[in-house]
Amino acid sequence: MSTEGKMSVKNRARLALNNDFLRSAVRFTTERLRSGKIQASADHGSWDEWRERGRQIRLHTIANLDYYLTQFADNARANGVHVHFADTAEEAVQLSLNIAKQKSAQSVVKSKSMVSEELHLNKALESIGVEAVETDLGEYIIQLADETPSHIIIPAIHKNRYQIADLLSKEAGETLPPDTSILAGFVRNKLREKFLDAEIGMTGCNFAIAETGSMVLFENEGNARMVTTVPKTQITLMGMERIIPSWTDLEVMATLLPRSATGQKLTVYMSGITGPRRDEDGDGPDEMHIIILDNGRSLQLGDPEFQELLNCIRCGACLNACPVYRQIGGHAYGGTYSGPIGAVLTPALKKNVAEWDDIANASSLCGACYEACPVKIPLHDMLVSLRRRKVEAGRGNKLEGLGMKGFAAIMNNSKRYRAVIRLGKIGQKLVARSGEIRLKAGPLKGWNTYRVTPTLPKHSFRDKWPTLEQEIRGGLQNMPSGMEQRLQNIMKDRNKGGGS
Amino acid sequence: MKISLFVTCLSDTLFPRVTESMVRLLARYGLQLEFPELQTCCGQPAYNSGYWDEARASAKTILDAFDDSDFVVSPSGSCTYMVHHYSSLFKDDPVYLQKAELLQKKTYEFSQFLVQVLGVTDVGATFKHKVTYHPSCHGSRLLGVKEEPMELLRSVKGLELVPLPFADDCCGFGGTFAVKMADISGAMVTEKVDHIVETEASVLAGLDMACLMNIAGNLRYRGEKVRVMHLAELLYEGLEEKEVKQA
Ligand code: SF4
Repeated sequence: MSTEGKMSVKNRARLALNNDFLRSAVRFTTERLRSGKIQASADHGSWDEWRERGRQIRLHTIANLDYYLTQFADNARANGVHVHFADTAEEAVQLSLNIAKQKSAQSVVKSKSMVSEELHLNKALESIGVEAVETDLGEYIIQLADETPSHIIIPAIHKNRYQIADLLSKEAGETLPPDTSILAGFVRNKLREKFLDAEIGMTGCNFAIAETGSMVLFENEGNARMVTTVPKTQITLMGMERIIPSWTDLEVMATLLPRSATGQKLTVYMSGITGPRRDEDGDGPDEMHIIILDNGRSLQLGDPEFQELLNCIRCGACLNACPVYRQIGGHAYGGTYSGPIGAVLTPALKKNVAEWDDIANASSLCGACYEACPVKIPLHDMLVSLRRRKVEAGRGNKLEGLGMKGFAAIMNNSKRYRAVIRLGKIGQKLVARSGEIRLKAGPLKGWNTYRVTPTLPKHSFRDKWPTLEQEIRGGLQNMPSGMEQRLQNIMKDRNKGGGS
Repeated sequence: MKISLFVTCLSDTLFPRVTESMVRLLARYGLQLEFPELQTCCGQPAYNSGYWDEARASAKTILDAFDDSDFVVSPSGSCTYMVHHYSSLFKDDPVYLQKAELLQKKTYEFSQFLVQVLGVTDVGATFKHKVTYHPSCHGSRLLGVKEEPMELLRSVKGLELVPLPFADDCCGFGGTFAVKMADISGAMVTEKVDHIVETEASVLAGLDMACLMNIAGNLRYRGEKVRVMHLAELLYEGLEEKEVKQA
């Protein structure tokens, strides 16, 4: 159920807002994840310091991405991995299909990968007759429902357990109770055969370690372990920005990622994979491919407003903290990536501000995403930059543009501003009743559907000021001497370079 | 020493009582605020919507108005934080860039000014009501004003402060967002007000009239009786309440 580009975010949001199942499921899980994250970061003790360390590692890596990518690719090749670079989604899909054909694969088992979602790879595999089986529980559910993930780490966050039981019952051919452990047990049994049959195991990549050419996976279900050990061939899909320089850096990331994502101190399984199976290894694939995807990522390099987007470690904390996501869930964002990171990443990767304009408007700029982000990406500022670029490109809403011209003309002159307030007081008489406006029409329609509007009082502060000023001057006493001194000190500090 | 009032267009036009309370409260400490009439709006509506030329036109009135002020104090965390954006807004204009950097250092939100600058955490007010507090996003998250209002509220005699569930969640205002994405914004303010009603507080206090107007609008729409007050209004009324009793 990809809704990419077909509807406006407003309409997609309306659909979500009318879906009580979706809203309560999203609330339930984001609340759990977000309070887990808040608790885990508080327990950590020096969270902000570690956030800054994480940010510095990401900043450094992205600033030297070409160096680290080359280092990673060289080391991975030395380990016996086939490393492929794909500039576009199409190229990455083609590379994957070629490997599948070469291996005469009938089926592919997959662990969770957002890059695979970005490529719509399952559909592509099916089109050449290869069965793609998602083995992450959430992804499996989404695949059964023929939907796309609505959250970057909890793909089926918009479904409650009754809906999930219904879906799985259909698959089972019998009624399964809405009991999480029974449902998970059913899926586990079902997937066991799939693991054994598949010729190819496909994974995403949480981090790629440049110094050894290794890839690291974080997961909670153990399915990625199966995917990377049972099938004979492994394909790993990774965005080109997944790199970190060293295993020492991984310590910081392993501290930040699970805590931010789910509030866990540690992820249940963390696998580091360095090349295909060696003779002395007990298991592992005979052949290993890594496909490194650009698909718009390198467009951000050198862009002072957006380069930090590549610092993202896909933890989902910004989604869980976002009050807009909380109301509308992920599908309303219309792209593979949702929530605040999706609202910026989707248009940025496409470099097409016009087509994706409205997503950037679906934010109140409250900054909860920035506060939650383990690597401090200023998503709220990026949203404003996207809006500005659209206006600069002449693609802004015409009516809004006129309105803003009017705003500037009034606001750059205090006399004109004052005259307009006076006009407003006359104008509002037409619509105001006992100090408020309830009219649901024209520009007030949206606002007044949920609120009443206050009216302008008889006198503005400006009108009152001359009298107020005189009255106060009359009764004024001296400032307490300690206070006077404080103010003087603050001014002195400020001149020395301090300040608020 | 020149201490100036940055009234903000919203408090100037729609909520003059708020600024008046602030001025009267500060006068008790011997502060004679001055009010430069050149100022209009901080430019935030245009800035956030991506119309930076228009934002600059408006922001210039603020930068010019407070040129020779030593301290600037405003009843809004959001408008105070807007001043922090001026250095990117005027990065190509050396004259205004310099003004912007200076103004950022000397501008304070009301509670920040009381606590950090004047060193006042107890104004001596009495306010016998059950109060809950909504921390507006820009003030608390971006400007970092979190503890100041709490300290001020906790020192008010007779005031019962009840925690607001999901207090940190945005009220859904977001400037033009409330108009452009009316349904999302409506869902957000509806949830915010649900939580306010849940607390059974008779007063909701805050530090930003834009958010408070949004919340009050929904409260009134639903016929809820909760009174919505800016902290300055609450503190000043609390002082008067006490003095009326003493007289
Ligand atoms: S932007 Fe930050 S919070 Fe959001 S997913 Fe990326 S790393 Fe996590």
